[in-house]
Amino acid sequence: MSTYTKKQVKDLVDGDLDWDTLHKMLSMPKDIERYSNYVSVLQDQVSWDDKIIIPVGPHLYIVETVKDKELVTKCRCGHGFGDYTLNWKLNALVYIRDSEEKMNQVYPKLMAPDTDWQVYREYYCPTCGTMHDVEVPTPWYPVMHDFEPDIKTFFDWVGLPAPVNA
Amino acid sequence: MTIQENIVKAGAAPGSLLKNGLTLNDNRNRILKKTTDSGYYGGLTELKFKESDPIGFERIFSKLRAGLVNSREVAKKIAASPIVEQEGELCFTLYNVAGDCICTSTGIIIHVGTMGAAIKYMIQNNWEDNPGISPGDMFTNNDCQIGNVHPCDIMTIVPIFHDGNLIGWVGGVTHVIDVGAVGPGSMSNGQIQRFGDGIQITCRKTGINDTPMRDWLHESQRNVRTPKYWILDEKTRIAGCHMIRDIVEETVVEEGIEAYETFAMEVIEDGRRGLISRIKAMTIPGKYNTVAFVDVPYTHEDVHVPSPFAKVDTIMHAPCTITIKSNATWRLDFEGCSRWGWHTYNANPVAFTSGIWVMMTQTLVPTERINDGARYATEFRMPKGTWTNPDDRRTAHSDAWHFLVSSWSSLWRALSRSYFGRGYLEEVNAGNSNPCNWLQGGGINQEEEIHAVNSFETAACGTGACAVKDGLNHAAAIWNPEGDMGDIEIWELAEPLLYMGRKIKTNTGGYGKYRGGLGFETLRMVWGSADWTMFFMGNGYMNSDWGLMGGYPSATGYRFEAHKTGLLDRIKEGQSLPLGEDRDPDNPDYENHLGPDAIVKRDKQCITTEAIYENGDLYLNYLRGGPGFGDPLDRKIEEVREDLNENFVLPEYAVKVYGVVISQDSEGDWTVDEAKTIARRMAIRKERIARAVPTRKWMEEERGRIMDKKASVQVQQMFASSFFLSEDFLGKFKSFWDLPDDWELKEESLGIPMFGAKHHMDLSELPDVHPVVFCEE
Repeated sequence: MSTYTKKQVKDLVDGDLDWDTLHKMLSMPKDIERYSNYVSVLQDQVSWDDKIIIPVGPHLYIVETVKDKELVTKCRCGHGFGDYTLNWKLNALVYIRDSEEKMNQVYPKLMAPDTDWQVYREYYCPTCGTMHDVEVPTPWYPVMHDFEPDIKTFFDWVGLPAPVNA
Repeated sequence: MTIQENIVKAGAAPGSLLKNGLTLNDNRNRILKKTTDSGYYGGLTELKFKESDPIGFERIFSKLRAGLVNSREVAKKIAASPIVEQEGELCFTLYNVAGDCICTSTGIIIHVGTMGAAIKYMIQNNWEDNPGISPGDMFTNNDCQIGNVHPCDIMTIVPIFHDGNLIGWVGGVTHVIDVGAVGPGSMSNGQIQRFGDGIQITCRKTGINDTPMRDWLHESQRNVRTPKYWILDEKTRIAGCHMIRDIVEETVVEEGIEAYETFAMEVIEDGRRGLISRIKAMTIPGKYNTVAFVDVPYTHEDVHVPSPFAKVDTIMHAPCTITIKSNATWRLDFEGCSRWGWHTYNANPVAFTSGIWVMMTQTLVPTERINDGARYATEFRMPKGTWTNPDDRRTAHSDAWHFLVSSWSSLWRALSRSYFGRGYLEEVNAGNSNPCNWLQGGGINQEEEIHAVNSFETAACGTGACAVKDGLNHAAAIWNPEGDMGDIEIWELAEPLLYMGRKIKTNTGGYGKYRGGLGFETLRMVWGSADWTMFFMGNGYMNSDWGLMGGYPSATGYRFEAHKTGLLDRIKEGQSLPLGEDRDPDNPDYENHLGPDAIVKRDKQCITTEAIYENGDLYLNYLRGGPGFGDPLDRKIEEVREDLNENFVLPEYAVKVYGVVISQDSEGDWTVDEAKTIARRMAIRKERIARAVPTRKWMEEERGRIMDKKASVQVQQMFASSFFLSEDFLGKFKSFWDLPDDWELKEESLGIPMFGAKHHMDLSELPDVHPVVFCEE
């Protein structure tokens, strides 16, 4: 079992980890304490005190609020998307690329989907404008609820006390 | 998995093959029942051999595994086909008497269980009685309705005996260059049914006394276009199987038969536990919902099919719910998939239950100990009637990968959410490209021989971005972890096609904080052929990958072909030639180097059927890039500068998507103004907020379009076919969009042919056929 320092995990998060260590992380059995180090690094990078429980994007987290221990989805900027069991995208802003002109802002004409077949849905944070996700479905497709974590079992797996409202 | 207890004539020769006196089928049923009852493979609640003699256990494993890998490396040198020799499209797998995989070689690991499916079919359909199973026999299979992924993967299966008892099986598979389908090439289209999908061999006994039978050799070789390659491929498979059989026999002598047979059971339970252990170490339990699509654009004039009912545009729909359970097993449920179709992209359950491990060994279980144990720790659900599990025996499967790689792209995203949540960022992969185009065709080649080609350059597409680094450029394909585009010189020997250029394809990697790996393109000029056709096979109107956590999908494909190019004259006259500098299809360049009479097809129709190519005609083989990860505005400025100077991104899109403010010096080098870029990126974030709407508001508008049935026919057909097959999917759809109870969408209302939707006949309806069922249906 390999172990890594918090500094190495921070470098990993920042994309600055040296290749030898990164390769070791890839090829050796996983370090169970990675999760603790990881959320600790991320916690240092945000300006609020709610506790990060599960990161779900580079700027998006399931957190436990300090005030009432609720589990909510939250942007790094502090914007809240509501209860973690709900699909955060429903409380985001969305921009639909559903025409050739809109697609051409992203890809050359022949290298983007034909919008009769498929569209891009870009989900933004209403406060900071971070693009948290791009869906690429057909028209009419329901908004995907990507991930419904079983937080209680997860904390059991990593040997940590689960949030009280998990 | 089915327990087939009542087979007519079963046990005609009970005890003749197995030491325990059971028929092969009864023996397999006993293993299945013990597995079902106990939750452990074969009822092995303890791994007594492994725990009491771990060194002995590992010694057997190492010997067998090394033997499989070594036999593969040696045997592939026999093959002449670049698909096998250059790309490594072969695999050898060792099975126990029940047809469950013990271990497999490197290579196309999709076959960890496909040949096992064929063995199980022989067991369940009483091959023991007729045609009989004896030492020195060889069986050949490529039947997709038994378990093969597509017909070009030809399997040779050899039983292994000790002291007159069957102790296991070894199988070898090679991807042959042609199977005599309607369309030339190994993964062709044009045919729409099994009856045009090439030679079909159903676990046929093709050899006795270690010698192929003459009737088999004569019949098979004349049923394909490329007998030279076919013959050497078969020798490759036979040689490999016999080398591995020798190693097993040696192992039995050295370790004892009891140890070997115990090992052959325990190692599968060990594999089952290995997957569980890895799931617990790597993932977050819960439910992951994901989906993928790919286009089947068949109404276009360049798609010629034999039957009018196949001339419809359709979309492959592949929703998947992955449930990672608290006991660290998992379930992959493909409820809601669209119907199988009149094309060659249908799959079958074994393509998942076996094939999916070629992907998982690149992520979740990167271990040499991959065997059927992983399948026993996995619940698969492929609803009958969908493209994952056709309910009609006419289906064609030649390019099942068109759908498989597209659907599996979404599984990367689901798993990556787990890895990302736990901090294993190094394992995150935004997805796989749809590794295509498949350059295929045939006719009379430069050697004046009947020939067919399938360029495997596509084994080196761009990979998905990671959460800590960009995807790899022109590096790999999900179905072939070895990833090799092959040598130009070898392809020019195998194909009457000269390389005019081979270049990284600009702008093909999906944008993101970390971008997807770029694909590449090769421009080929037909040269030295007599009568020659080619066609395209890939995605064009749609993406199958999505990008992850703010990253964009990779670029879609497009087609470029040119006829009456005047190139042969231009070469003689020393005029300019198209040499692979065509980075921006909005400003095409190849056309500037063609004669005045050139007929150019540059469009999104990336699936075509055979078209005539004369010497001097051009064909662009565009291999796709991978999807991106994270918001592109987070990409480091220095990395965008490198992208520009390496021609990885077009300046126009660096500005629009990455928000960089750039300038170019007199040497042509790009620089990025950091301060202005930071300001521009802030402005773009505000522009996003200004142009977007709250999701729930947009949903009201989209709901109106659904109520008004405003969508293309192909989109409506996709939904209608899924609704018909899945009340669950229909119910969730109506619930999400808050549609009235009486809202419905029927395929009948679309005015397109729907052959096979309601009238079909399954393989199981044939007399004396007992299909093996590998999943919930």
